[in-house]
Amino acid sequence: MSTNLLALLPELVLTITGVLVMVLEPVIPAGKSRKPLGWLAILGSLLSGLAAFYQLQIVNAQGTLTAFYSTIQIDPFSIFFHLLIAAVVLVTLLGSLDYFESPITHAGEYFALVLFGAVGMMFMTSSVELLMVFIGLEISSISTYILAGFRKGRATASESSIKYFLLGSFATAFFLYGVALIYGATGSTSIGPIAAGLAITRTPTMAILAVAMVLIGLGFKVSAAPFHVWTPDVYQGAPAPVVGLMSTAPKAAAFAVLLRFLFNGTPMLHGHWILLIEILAVASMCLGNLGALKQHDVKRLLAYSSIAHAGYLLVAFTGTHQNAVAGACFYTATYAAMNVGAFLVLSQLSGFSERIRSIEDFTGLALKRPGMSALLGFFLLSLIGIPFTGGFFGKFYVFSGALQNGHVWLGIVGLANSGVACFYYLRLLAAIYSRPTSDSVAYIPVRKVTAPAAVALAATALATLGLGILPNKLVHLVERATPTTTAAVAVQPTQQ
Amino acid sequence: MQTHYIWQYIPLVLQILVALAMAGGMVAASFFIGKHKRTKVKLGAYECGMDPVGDARGRFSVKFYMVAMLFILFDVEAVFIMPWAVIYRQLHTITGQRLFGFWEMVVYLGFVAVGLFYVWKKGILDWTNTSSRGDL
Amino acid sequence: MFLLSFLYLLLFVIPEGNLLFASRATESIMDNTNLLWLIPTLPFAGFLINGTLGRKLPRAAVSAIALLFTVLPALIVAKLWLILKADGAPLALQAVSRPWIAVSGFHVDFAFTVDHLTLIMLSIITGVGFLIHIYSVGYMAYEEGFWRFFAYLNLFMFFMLVLVLSSSFLLLFVGWEGVGLASYLLIGFYFTKDSAANAGKKAFIVNRIGDFGFLLAMFLLIAHFGSLDFNTVFSHAATTAAPFTAICLLLALGATGKSAQIPLYVWLPDAMEGPTPVSALIHAATMVTAGIYMVARCHVLFNLSPTALAVVACIGAATALLAATIGMVQNDIKRVLAYSTVSQLGYMFMACGVGAYSAGIFHVMTHAFFKALLFLAAGSVIHALGGEQDMRKMGALRKRIPITFWTMSAGVFAIAGFPFLSGFFSKDEILFQAFTAGTAVGKFAWAIGVFTAFLTSFYMFRLWFKTFFGASHVVEHNTHDHHAAHDSHGSHGVHESPLVMTAPLMILAVLAIIGGIVGVPTAFGGHNEFEHFLDPVLSSGHEVVAASSGTAIALSTVATLAFALGLGLAYQLYIRKPGTSREIAKKLQPIYSLLDHKYWVDEVYNFAIVGSLLNVSRIALSGIVDTGIVQGSIGLLSSGTGALASVTRRMQSGNIRSYAGWLALGAAAVIAITIFIH
Repeated sequence: MSTNLLALLPELVLTITGVLVMVLEPVIPAGKSRKPLGWLAILGSLLSGLAAFYQLQIVNAQGTLTAFYSTIQIDPFSIFFHLLIAAVVLVTLLGSLDYFESPITHAGEYFALVLFGAVGMMFMTSSVELLMVFIGLEISSISTYILAGFRKGRATASESSIKYFLLGSFATAFFLYGVALIYGATGSTSIGPIAAGLAITRTPTMAILAVAMVLIGLGFKVSAAPFHVWTPDVYQGAPAPVVGLMSTAPKAAAFAVLLRFLFNGTPMLHGHWILLIEILAVASMCLGNLGALKQHDVKRLLAYSSIAHAGYLLVAFTGTHQNAVAGACFYTATYAAMNVGAFLVLSQLSGFSERIRSIEDFTGLALKRPGMSALLGFFLLSLIGIPFTGGFFGKFYVFSGALQNGHVWLGIVGLANSGVACFYYLRLLAAIYSRPTSDSVAYIPVRKVTAPAAVALAATALATLGLGILPNKLVHLVERATPTTTAAVAVQPTQQ
Repeated sequence: MQTHYIWQYIPLVLQILVALAMAGGMVAASFFIGKHKRTKVKLGAYECGMDPVGDARGRFSVKFYMVAMLFILFDVEAVFIMPWAVIYRQLHTITGQRLFGFWEMVVYLGFVAVGLFYVWKKGILDWTNTSSRGDL
Repeated sequence: MFLLSFLYLLLFVIPEGNLLFASRATESIMDNTNLLWLIPTLPFAGFLINGTLGRKLPRAAVSAIALLFTVLPALIVAKLWLILKADGAPLALQAVSRPWIAVSGFHVDFAFTVDHLTLIMLSIITGVGFLIHIYSVGYMAYEEGFWRFFAYLNLFMFFMLVLVLSSSFLLLFVGWEGVGLASYLLIGFYFTKDSAANAGKKAFIVNRIGDFGFLLAMFLLIAHFGSLDFNTVFSHAATTAAPFTAICLLLALGATGKSAQIPLYVWLPDAMEGPTPVSALIHAATMVTAGIYMVARCHVLFNLSPTALAVVACIGAATALLAATIGMVQNDIKRVLAYSTVSQLGYMFMACGVGAYSAGIFHVMTHAFFKALLFLAAGSVIHALGGEQDMRKMGALRKRIPITFWTMSAGVFAIAGFPFLSGFFSKDEILFQAFTAGTAVGKFAWAIGVFTAFLTSFYMFRLWFKTFFGASHVVEHNTHDHHAAHDSHGSHGVHESPLVMTAPLMILAVLAIIGGIVGVPTAFGGHNEFEHFLDPVLSSGHEVVAASSGTAIALSTVATLAFALGLGLAYQLYIRKPGTSREIAKKLQPIYSLLDHKYWVDEVYNFAIVGSLLNVSRIALSGIVDTGIVQGSIGLLSSGTGALASVTRRMQSGNIRSYAGWLALGAAAVIAITIFIH
């Protein structure tokens, strides 16, 4: 197999499956179940994960792979994110196999779009050329724009989709502008040459501006404050399984790009961007947690929580290079496990109609759905950061990295925030475990949890628990993941 | 001869001037020569044959938009073939393989074809069939 | 959730210890190191079995499982004592797994260790814990969710044992949070009761504030020592320049959360919403002493910071006094005991603050005996009255529930400081150490301690007299559907509890009476064996002043006087002239009202912290335009205009535009910062 094909194997598998799903969709007569397409998509994401795993074996044996004129780089870093994205997609598809089971829901397109989006995200993480990153970003964004509006015919869904699309394009423009400026400053859009070019550039201000622009563009994608305004509205209107997906996988990809770009591309400007990262982190944590305190809509509440978690993740960036990468990777993985899990529970509880939304609707849920309540409670505890859950070690890892690197006040702000956060998670948890009000539970339909959904739920729960009990397994993987540059000149990070 | 690089743009400037003069001259000429009957239709802006100002609730088929969107999509996709065609003869030296560039384009066209197939089977190109599933 | 926990076994226990493989079992049991793994694992197994299968098992089987998996650790602890006796040398067992977390920079092993301090704590937890388990079988016999209760109780035992066995801060923290979680589950056991659910939530949140301190202290330790292992940190403490005062104060903040000290004590009284055995086990005997244990464990660090020690002593003294004053006016029998617990924990904190760690641990032990006894006896009273907790509706019960009366009397006399009972010795030791510490703080703490001893004696005898003496105010046969949580408790009038409940009471009563023998000071002809036992671990901060037996006896006399005064005052007010207390309350209305409302602390906290947080939240939302669909529709309803559609449309497009505006503003700020700050 040629190196080029090998390097793109997971993406290729996903693309081919996606195209197959898309071609088969109109062939299947209207009114027939789209589940076979779902299974095909599941198979595709499974194979794609296996392909990434195969790449890992190759990379372990032969070292980093580069392809397509050094625009694609396959190293443990990108493979980690490939595996993560494949896993998130797989679990989401399993969990939502029955969610769109209705003639008006366009299940076929849903499966194809999820796969296409995943292709874009994978491209983002494996590419070391900013223009390729941009293409990946667009592929993933456009897919998620559409997915956000998949509960067609509902005002909130259209609002969600159109808001995400308009504001997203706005933010993407910033990213593109940043890429243009970095080209102006360094004469390249590749990570390695950028680092080399920065050492001799005569327009450092332009380079700094470029970094800020890229940060704004990607900051929007990860919903970091002050670029977070879209998050609550979009999450509220989008279907629950899609929110689970889009609050984790595209964010992971954007964080991967940010890690590569900042630590490998512009280490010379560390002193400049670290301040921005700190500001973004503090703003995200504070606004996210404070905003969540007064929310009634559960999806909105989790949207604010996801803003706060983006803040925690940004704290990871203040560690040393290796700590930052390892901490961010670990946190992304744990956040993916618990958040996808939480949204899958929501989608199982309320179904496509999403009739139960507000905290009041959840009052007394434990009596009617004890299993689902326990699962949701478990994910909430992990989001709070209780030991023996992945959430605890993620936070511990990230904050200890920041503190070891001397960012004491950032750690304090972060810890104080995680204290505030337990207010609103517990509000939901306490509502679930309290006496039902007159009719809150009455109209929660008990739907049977199908086997694939049960598998998906179990997988997320086990992952959340496993990352809390045996974090070492993943830590070893992510500590190897520090991305390397293909730069001819080795550039040392300089602290200013 | 050492000249400032800005002089290279002189032909471009000249071209712009000529273009402006041509366009401006034509409009001016017709203004002076032609007759002026100011009807409502003539004074209105032209936008794809539709009245640009009016009741937003006016109903017309969503298929107009579907076709317009598809046109834009395939149009843009077709434009990508242009740069490929321009450097096709050099591609084998750049890539080091004789038919690499060719197969790349075949793959690309394959994707476009798949898109066309999807659109077709969904019945969006089918203007008359009311039972089509083009309810995108 | 229980299924998930099964993974715990798969992932962690089996590879580490091979405990479950019978072929190796005999051999492993002989190995003392593996014994350590077994101690917490057994209750966890009980939790798993009852948690997964309990719903389908008969009650007898559930209780048998729970008891079996609690008594086995107790037996192992007994075996540890035997090993200690056989060896003669100080006990220091360690069980280390392969690295648990190995992050670049530092690593933590999954390691347990047993030294003398841990051994004491283990004995208390397994011993008292087992007795309370037995009691619960009777107390909870008719409750819904019997299996759930025992599963949680075993889960609590697991985390508590992990807490005291751990040999690193991180694992201690895991246990620390775990007991908090178990406590949350158990307080909210009657989760259909709103007050119970809220109390659980409050306990959890307040403890998170303490955890904030604990976590921060851990991060500082990582930054300065590169390790969280007790041995590494403590052995390098003297030679490392670290901000010890900051670290110790943060640790102390953590301890104030778990051990219910000022400013974080507010959760404990509310926690009484849980079933009474839970109050006895978690909120009296074990979990709340975790803070004291942690401070004692970190005495090496605390000794390096006199400031932190002084703060700890002052917090302890102030809490002891404050809680005792509130306890004087409470009418709920469990609340009196709750404030008494807070007050006694204050004593222990005070002991640590004056460097008398072993005295603090001694009090932990005696307190575990008599307070568990008091709670269980109170539970027996409540059980007898069909769920009644208000002391104003009790009285003259001593003849009707004699066993409860006699055992509870032992507890009351022990806590009040009747000479030569367990509480007398431990409290005396603390006061003596405070007095002879040679610092102003010590003298101050002693003075407050003596006054608090008087208050303690008063409110405990108040409880005793009101419950068992005087005229009966029991409302007979009032028990139907009166108290949702306890309505199943005997509705056939006042009756003594069954043997399964009274037996633990009797054992604890014996312990409460004679438990102090191990710590009889030299002044009374003893050898203070308890302190010497702990010497290998807690080498005392300062040497005890020699030849002070005269002082010791003088101080004991003062404490005994305080006891007698309290008893006398209570007798005067509640037996001889039963009306006087109400008159006094009327005369001192402002003070009474202040005490009755617990100094308004809950209200102040609510207003100052919760209220301001919510305000900030509102500002954050309105500032960063959270005009979502919900708010939008509310605006629509209130605006009352008919043209709903047009307003909606305008609103939504307005939103996007303002969102874009915020994005642009944020971007502008970021760019401005980038360019101008540097």
